[in-house]
Amino acid sequence: MRFMMIVKATTDSEAGVMPSQELIDAMQKYNEELVKAGVLLAADGLQPSTNAIRISYPEPGGKPKMMDGPFTEAKEIIAGYTLIEVKSREEAIEWALRMPDPHGFGQGEIELRQVFEVEDLMENTETLAKETALRKQVHEQHKS
Amino acid sequence: MSSSQAHRTIDAIWRMESAKLIAGLTRMVRDVGLAEDLAQDALVIALERWAETGIPDNPGAWLMTTAKRRAIDFIRRSKLRDQKYVEIGHSINLYTEDDVDQTLDGEIGDDLLRLIFMTCHPVLSQDARVALTLRLLCGLTTDEIARSFLVAESTVAQRIVRAKRTLSAEKIPFEVPAREEMKDRMSAVLEVIYLMFNEGYSATSGDHWIRPLLCQEALRLGRILAEITPHEQEVHGLVALMEIQASRLKTRVNAKGEPILLMDQNRAKWDQLLIHRGLAALDRSRKLGQTLGPYSLQAAISACHAKARSEAETDWIRIAALYEALARATPSLIVELNRAVAISMAFGPAFGLQIVDELNIEPSLQGYHLLPSVRGDLLAKVGRHDEARTEFERAASMTQNTRERELLFQRAANLRVDRST
Repeated sequence: MRFMMIVKATTDSEAGVMPSQELIDAMQKYNEELVKAGVLLAADGLQPSTNAIRISYPEPGGKPKMMDGPFTEAKEIIAGYTLIEVKSREEAIEWALRMPDPHGFGQGEIELRQVFEVEDLMENTETLAKETALRKQVHEQHKS
Repeated sequence: MSSSQAHRTIDAIWRMESAKLIAGLTRMVRDVGLAEDLAQDALVIALERWAETGIPDNPGAWLMTTAKRRAIDFIRRSKLRDQKYVEIGHSINLYTEDDVDQTLDGEIGDDLLRLIFMTCHPVLSQDARVALTLRLLCGLTTDEIARSFLVAESTVAQRIVRAKRTLSAEKIPFEVPAREEMKDRMSAVLEVIYLMFNEGYSATSGDHWIRPLLCQEALRLGRILAEITPHEQEVHGLVALMEIQASRLKTRVNAKGEPILLMDQNRAKWDQLLIHRGLAALDRSRKLGQTLGPYSLQAAISACHAKARSEAETDWIRIAALYEALARATPSLIVELNRAVAISMAFGPAFGLQIVDELNIEPSLQGYHLLPSVRGDLLAKVGRHDEARTEFERAASMTQNTRERELLFQRAANLRVDRST
């Protein structure tokens, strides 16, 4: 299953302030870890919303409305994303927890979202069975 | 956090860390079975400790420290203590020399690579290699492996136990082979990963046409291998092949679980991200050398399909040429059969049929259901419907996959309908 770790924008990222060398190093190390675990699919940082265009449809079936950035409400803007492929929700959470605090200064926020997969619907019973088997295994390991 | 939630989290951590743990411990104790036991012990301690203290900030390091302490305890207690010390001392000297592979990067990468080479060692049977790799490198349970291969759990457990015993009895070293031997051994490693992927991509028997778990694990392993051996052309070729094939996973079966052939697949549903990753990996492979190996060539063929927006837009001439190259790199009747299909698409069914007719008398292909299946297809295209129907029926009687059999019978039946109208 795939998850997207969405890094929310902060006042700094929106102002175009580049991250500190320390953070860049930490991110690089983290990304290397993702690659070595074979789970990284894609990761990118986005430019500030000064550069962005927002297209909205205020009237159903009507013409789109275009708005140039920058946008306010930094928390709702995305500053970057990392797409991973993992085996469980718990694994995704664990990876997200290991991601360095994106900006510091108390504003860092990562949102974890699962990507829709067609086979999830198809393989549902199997996944369920696997999940049960895993729990059984952990339980047994705990006993031994 | 509820206790079942905690268990699931710890299980996820185990999955993320177990291969690294086992690899690091194998370097210490020189025994992959013992290393796995020590890693499991550390996990059991973690399950008890973390339930009270919560999960530490760096669970991987915690597990490694705990497991290493146990390994040291074990070595101290061991009767073979002195011998082990000598062995460890000896091997440490051996592995710090950089002559093994200058492309290696970082200690964990080294250990993981050694573990891959060990679990894919030619001294083990193909089945054992796959089972052991899935267990030690992918962290799958014997139960999961058993279900993926439709065999009894006890069979898999036995296979793994025997494999570990063989490795220790044969004193298989925990190492990346030297340059000359590397090539052969690398191809064994790639074979295991590809076998794993193929088993998931098109099951040889049973009711399920695809088993996504195996594909995912093979892809994950391939990606790891590409990261730790970035200069191996065929590693990137294999990754490219798997990424592109995987991009079609969702379109290979319909809602009823019946297979959909490449030409009938909904290309809009092909996973563009995986195609993109596959093409990038193929590009890396191309940059490493002019002559593409068998995996890279197959990836290049797959890429032709991935890039075409429809069957009509497919560059069949290029595909036929790539099959030609593949036939030279790894001559095989199966490649020849595929080349026949490509040629029939590029230059017309009659040309393909000529090659298939020659293959039809090959004794070694007599039990291979795809031969009559392809022949049936070409015969139908040139209008020889009666012969085509016979071939489809012959193919159906040969395949072990129930879904595929249904499809072939359907094609035979369709020809009957065609004729009556």
